[in-house]
Amino acid sequence: MSALVLAGGQVLADGVIDFNVGALGRNFWSLTVSGLTYGSIYALVAVGYTLVYGVLRLINFAHSEIFMLGMFGQYATLMLLGFNPSGDVYQQGVLLTIVFLAVAMVGGMVVSGGAAVGLERIAYRPLRRRGAPPLVFLITAIGASFVIQEFVHFVLPSLTGNTLGGVNAQQPIRLVQPATQFEVFGARVSNVDLVIVASALVLAFAVDRFVNATKFGRGIRAVAQDPVTATLMGVSRERVIMLTFLIGGVLAGAAALLYTLRVPSGIIYSGGFILGIKAFSAAVLGGIGNLRGALLGGLLLGVMELYGQALFGTEWRDVVAFVLLILVLMFRPTGILGESLGKARA
Amino acid sequence: MSTELTTTAPAAPHLGVGDRVRLWWDALPRQAQWVVGVVGVLLIALLPVLRPPVLTTVGTDFGGVLAQFGMYALLAIGLNVVVGQAGLLDLGYVGFYAIGAYTVGLLTSPSSPWNATDDWLSRDWAWLAALPLAVAVTAVSGLILGTPTLRLRGDYLAIVTLGFGEIVRLLADNLSTVTGGGRGLNQIAYPVVAQSETRPNGIFSAGNTAVPFNSGTFWFWLSLVLIVVVLVIVGNLERSRVGRAWVAIREDEDAAEIMGVPTFKFKLWAFLIGASIGGLSGALYAGQVQFVVPTTFNVINSMLFLCAVVLGGQGNKLGVILGAFAVVYLPNFFLGRTELFGIPIDGNAIANYRYLFFGVALMVLMVFRPQGLFPARQKLLTYGREVYVMARKAATALAGRGAGTAAATTTDRPGGAR
Amino acid sequence: MRTRTPRVAGLALVLAAGLAVAGCADRSTTGGTEADPTASGSAAEGGGTSAADLSIQPLVQVDAEGAEVEAAGDGSEAADPAGDGSASCSGIAIAMAGALTGPNAALGTNILNGATLAVDQHNEANPDCQVEIKQFDTQGDPQAATQVAPTIVSDTSVIGLLGPAFSGETNATGPIFNQANLLSLTASATNPSLTQNGWTNFFRGLGNDNSQGAAVANYLTGELGFSTVCVVQDDSDYGIGLAEVVTETLGEAANPDCAAEVKTGDKDFSATVQIIADAAPDAVYYAGYYAEAAPLLSQLRSGGVEAAFASGDGSNDAQFVSQAGSDSEGAYLSCPCGPAPEPFAADYEAAFGQAPGVYSVEGYDLATIMLKGIDSGVSDRAGLVEFVSSYSGVGLAKPYEWDSTGELASTTTWLYEVQ
Repeated sequence: MSALVLAGGQVLADGVIDFNVGALGRNFWSLTVSGLTYGSIYALVAVGYTLVYGVLRLINFAHSEIFMLGMFGQYATLMLLGFNPSGDVYQQGVLLTIVFLAVAMVGGMVVSGGAAVGLERIAYRPLRRRGAPPLVFLITAIGASFVIQEFVHFVLPSLTGNTLGGVNAQQPIRLVQPATQFEVFGARVSNVDLVIVASALVLAFAVDRFVNATKFGRGIRAVAQDPVTATLMGVSRERVIMLTFLIGGVLAGAAALLYTLRVPSGIIYSGGFILGIKAFSAAVLGGIGNLRGALLGGLLLGVMELYGQALFGTEWRDVVAFVLLILVLMFRPTGILGESLGKARA
Repeated sequence: MSTELTTTAPAAPHLGVGDRVRLWWDALPRQAQWVVGVVGVLLIALLPVLRPPVLTTVGTDFGGVLAQFGMYALLAIGLNVVVGQAGLLDLGYVGFYAIGAYTVGLLTSPSSPWNATDDWLSRDWAWLAALPLAVAVTAVSGLILGTPTLRLRGDYLAIVTLGFGEIVRLLADNLSTVTGGGRGLNQIAYPVVAQSETRPNGIFSAGNTAVPFNSGTFWFWLSLVLIVVVLVIVGNLERSRVGRAWVAIREDEDAAEIMGVPTFKFKLWAFLIGASIGGLSGALYAGQVQFVVPTTFNVINSMLFLCAVVLGGQGNKLGVILGAFAVVYLPNFFLGRTELFGIPIDGNAIANYRYLFFGVALMVLMVFRPQGLFPARQKLLTYGREVYVMARKAATALAGRGAGTAAATTTDRPGGAR
Repeated sequence: MRTRTPRVAGLALVLAAGLAVAGCADRSTTGGTEADPTASGSAAEGGGTSAADLSIQPLVQVDAEGAEVEAAGDGSEAADPAGDGSASCSGIAIAMAGALTGPNAALGTNILNGATLAVDQHNEANPDCQVEIKQFDTQGDPQAATQVAPTIVSDTSVIGLLGPAFSGETNATGPIFNQANLLSLTASATNPSLTQNGWTNFFRGLGNDNSQGAAVANYLTGELGFSTVCVVQDDSDYGIGLAEVVTETLGEAANPDCAAEVKTGDKDFSATVQIIADAAPDAVYYAGYYAEAAPLLSQLRSGGVEAAFASGDGSNDAQFVSQAGSDSEGAYLSCPCGPAPEPFAADYEAAFGQAPGVYSVEGYDLATIMLKGIDSGVSDRAGLVEFVSSYSGVGLAKPYEWDSTGELASTTTWLYEVQ
């Protein structure tokens, strides 16, 4: 054992992990801006986890694949609109670009939302009918995750004549050339950053209103709080469940478009996995089951991750995210804002 | 032998084949069980030597595949202790596999800074010396991971362990001055025994390719021995206070706690034992492949291990071995095969789609048979087996009844190891 | 109204919000672009060249010092697998081992296709000597490779092996082939340490990472005159080794502050871009594969880094250009592999319906060398190892002649430019 301790000492002594405080200080604000951009995307995906967890006490492990399908959905929409995949930036003028982006976003939302509802129908509903234990749900979700990934990996290319899916990432269709808009404390804020953060905030706000201030939202909250009583009071549990999957899926579809604005070549069958884990971490960070927690957790995770990356080096980014997750669970297992969809009263 | 075949019996109002086998087995006296078990293990051990015509893999070496099966079987047994017995969902089990493999690699690879083989450790015995160390280090890592996280609820634990699995791989990748990073560690030691004219580096050397007694066969035999040892240990634990505590925790943790079971302690035990078995398997991997690299320990492998456990039947330690066999063997069965029973097939394509098939299998299984292909029967009573046998015999005697109790899908189990 | 169409209303709300935001945000883009004419100008220029016009063109052949070397020719004097058509042999096969399924399948397929082309040409010209090419899939995974290797060794018709393709699997299976004394002729495993294991059967059909890295580094600082270079590496065996040599050869010119590491599979390099932008180098060298190189380059350009971009053979693929689009213009790509000569490329395309990829030429050349051996009457494994170790001849890509360790006696590196 002492050998291991020695070994640990040697690791640090060798300077294997450098602490680059200078880089963190120098780029603090630009890291913050980037972090918020990623954080908004995490937050949107995290909403899907948090809603489903709040209602069903189920980690929808396949949600990351719903997000991945959303990327393909918006990409296919753009192709249907007549864009050819290439690495180039299209010059469509601002107004047309807005329209195309909006349509692509809707395309992503439709695919993701549909896939989420389909997943619920095909995979989860039969299990619910049988009253399966949580472990069974989780394993089904893992299975579904495999199936969706491999579908895009192998089946989709043959269905679409090798234009979609396959081993390689899709060639990007870029509608927006990132260009600096203004600077905050020396950090350059680009048009892409603005679109992402603004869209995410508005969508998050809309969902928050929807859950907290509409009749359907009340239904969701009621089921989250007490499914039996809610059913007795006339709330259709099945419908609420479908609605939560739909909302989660739609937001994942929106996040998919925003993500591809930031990372145009990220459209690949395996592209959802890590992002999904991080989004889940974000949900846990903020308090799973809590909508506002998802937003807070997402932004926090995005920012912390980039700080950590600057501090320790680029290769430690994922480690920072996972360690953060473990620390939060150890010291505050219910997350920052506490977990409760039912009690999130408006 | 009938290792992996599943026979579907019509829904007849009598016991299924699996139940019959189980009943017969349970009714045997302990000594007879040992005899049957030894014969069964010997038969399985003969597989790579006999190389039965259809079963033998085409594109890959049968001995090598069985060696990998041996490692996966160990992993499945270890993961089964955690998932099946104690009900703790561990999605980062590959982390322990990696730690075991890397411990051996770091101690015996010439490219590692902590290589002990050019120093005080004889290269011929280095692997054997590193093996217990690997198990110990993995056990400690299980303790380190378990202590803070085992207080968490089930789903959280799943995600934390997933994160742990990734962290282990990323550490192996990032700490490149120690682990070689993406370059990996090569020339890892293996036991050098039984050197001869034709096998200058001994029977375990990768250079031993004399079919059927090639290195894969010997590694398979070695892992078989370890499997039997581990099965005996785990089986005894299962029948002890510890095993009953695990079942209690799995069924209802709060109730167990109230009934006076120190749940945290026993969960930690499960984690520790599971981890050390994973480390043992990792050490075998390092010795057989003689090369470790972080990509081998991708988190998707964790899912594959879980697949083996779920497929086989959580809690049934023989079932999970069959699950491991399915996970390792089936893709290799198809690899390189162009025809099966005269029907032309594209085996490579089928092997390529393995994750698709595993995914579908998991989903279908969870709907129709969530307890796995070979579900576990719990024997909580000390004399549970005897009681069970008597009860079942009495039930069978009342012929015609019990139509619903015997499942339609019944299974053929090997007459084998316990 | 809400009670009648509840779900529609909810969905509409979300969608409308999304649309509105996209609209609003993009309007703000407009403002920005107007306020910053230079940004919009460069964007328009960027869009001006279509990626369809870009391709990887050979630039110059250099030696390890970065000095220019005369090109070998147009491949007309290269060894021809067809031979004189009078060879006779029977029951002989050569094996190809590499990733044919899995994420790295493209590379294995390139080699296999090149070799298949050579074997087909040989068999067509030599009716009395039909050589079979047997393919073995390692999935690029070391453990899978250890299962495949015994099958290859125990197939007595196999007298020579083209592969293994990757360094990792070569490390794992080297002892197996060495003990069987089966010729192991790799077309793509470039880890320098592979030839230091004392394997007498192992020959590398291309320069290792050391020679390529040194050549490129010298060319960057010498011919191109760059004084600060950021070296970025991925976490693969290949990337680490290449980056090590490049950094070492660059010496002073390599800026340690911006030496970054990325992970295979990453698509998002904002932090790396940030680090590089801070350092403001003359050039960025990326040691890794195109799947990461293309997005890295695109994101560098988006992040305002206009430094020259150079990378190695891992990025030297048509996919690099199509993924990075117009951003790839002017990128330097090196490769120990030579450009595919015209007749070969045409034959290849006719046979497999795609352009030759990286290492296709090596696969063809190395298969040709084995076929030459078979044609000369070699019919056993030891004989083929013997034949290759004393072989000396010109292939499509370069001259082939090996030293005692199995490295090519003289290696040159080709530099390509995307234009």
